[in-house]
Amino acid sequence: MKYVDEFRDPEQAKKILKEIDKLCSEIELKEDRPIQIMEVCGGHTHSIFRYGLNQLLPKKLEFVHGPGCPVCVLPRSVVDNCILIAKHDDVIFTTFGDAMRVPGSSQSLLDIKAEGSDIRMVYSPLDALTIAQKNPDKRVVFFGLGFETTMPSTALSLMQAKKQGVENFYLFCNHITIIPTIKAVLDSPGMRIDGFLGPGHVSLIIGTKPYDFIADDYHKPLVAAGFEPLDILQSVWMILKQLKNGEAIIENQYSRLVHEEGNASALAPIQEVFELREFFEWRGLGSINHSGVKVNDKYKEFDAEVEFDLKEVTVTDPDVCQCGEVLKGVLKPWQCKVFGKECTPEKPLGALMVSTEGACSAQYSYGLNIDLITKK
Amino acid sequence: MCLGVPAQIKEIIDSDNQIAMVDLSGVAREVNIACVLDNTHQAQDLIDKWVLVHVGFALSVVDEEEAHKTLKILDEIGELSATMEDLDQGSR
Ligand code: SF4
Repeated sequence: MKYVDEFRDPEQAKKILKEIDKLCSEIELKEDRPIQIMEVCGGHTHSIFRYGLNQLLPKKLEFVHGPGCPVCVLPRSVVDNCILIAKHDDVIFTTFGDAMRVPGSSQSLLDIKAEGSDIRMVYSPLDALTIAQKNPDKRVVFFGLGFETTMPSTALSLMQAKKQGVENFYLFCNHITIIPTIKAVLDSPGMRIDGFLGPGHVSLIIGTKPYDFIADDYHKPLVAAGFEPLDILQSVWMILKQLKNGEAIIENQYSRLVHEEGNASALAPIQEVFELREFFEWRGLGSINHSGVKVNDKYKEFDAEVEFDLKEVTVTDPDVCQCGEVLKGVLKPWQCKVFGKECTPEKPLGALMVSTEGACSAQYSYGLNIDLITKK
Repeated sequence: MCLGVPAQIKEIIDSDNQIAMVDLSGVAREVNIACVLDNTHQAQDLIDKWVLVHVGFALSVVDEEEAHKTLKILDEIGELSATMEDLDQGSR
């Protein structure tokens, strides 16, 4: 077993789709509208489009693409701060590839790389640490972003830097947390999501218990889901079953990796290095309390915000951008006025067009494809 | 961003720094295994195990038994629809 192909079997998918179809027709909604399932994680958005699942599912069921693409929710001010740091002559700025093209107020990291700033794409924060060790006369900054999935790797890299006495390594920390984000979605006016596809890889860190409030207080089902087509279809089936039976519980489809209690060995470094920010500014969603983390005092010497004396500024998106509405599920990507016109993956105006996990980019790149599953 | 890939641990190459070599779809790659170790699980126990790799870190060990259970459930959902078809055809 390789834990990939087994979960992509097209025949199996067809059978489950049939069951989903049947369940959908048995569910009665109070209002005349489709059943809406929000996939919180950008990884799910990507899979849904890549395999054309949105086109295979019955019309009565709709995916709402949630705010779970960390690159997409980066506010312009953060990109501006990255640029501010990277423009120092003695700085090597390191980042995951996804963040390179995100537009700031006037430029992206890619733009200033073309102008000569030393910006390097890395696969892992440990690669950034190695660059620091090899370039002792430079200040090496790692741009840390992502949900809980990515936090342990950043934290462990800082712990290693401290242990090895590396003095020229800094973290520009923009990690965000999932629970306040889901809560913000649930509390937003006009919210009418019927159930959630829970982010599988965040869940393997935090476990499924933190989601309990979604069932207890908001009476919505959530199923922690894997990322292969069959994982997603099975999870949808599980949510629909709950809806049919009038239930709202937290379930775990991704039990080969996710445990109720999460992963203590991954949570420990997060605790060691980070503390909650009072609030964090999101593109399109505004400020959400306790939705981000920063480097704590114990690791202050590695904090780029301290080293480069960064100020918190808010920069609003251009008026034509409707990323906020799309993020909240109020608008579909193609309903944005500039979708596919002024805003394309080649020349993104809004952040949702940048990463392949962004709802707009995924819709643009895969939206018109016929399903890959049945074609296989 | 939060994507991960299953890979199989082949060798522990640096137990002090918790580094293992994995086979990631046919490519040999170094990964940090700090997040899949605890008091009861030593590095050596991980050889041949499958882990989920994300940005150079193994984040969780794949539970084979649970994977089989999930596949079995998927089968059962499939069978449900097969039985339905039989019934449909029988009634024609
Ligand atoms: S089309 Fe562009 S501007 Fe409009 S919502 Fe999508 S990313 Fe934002």
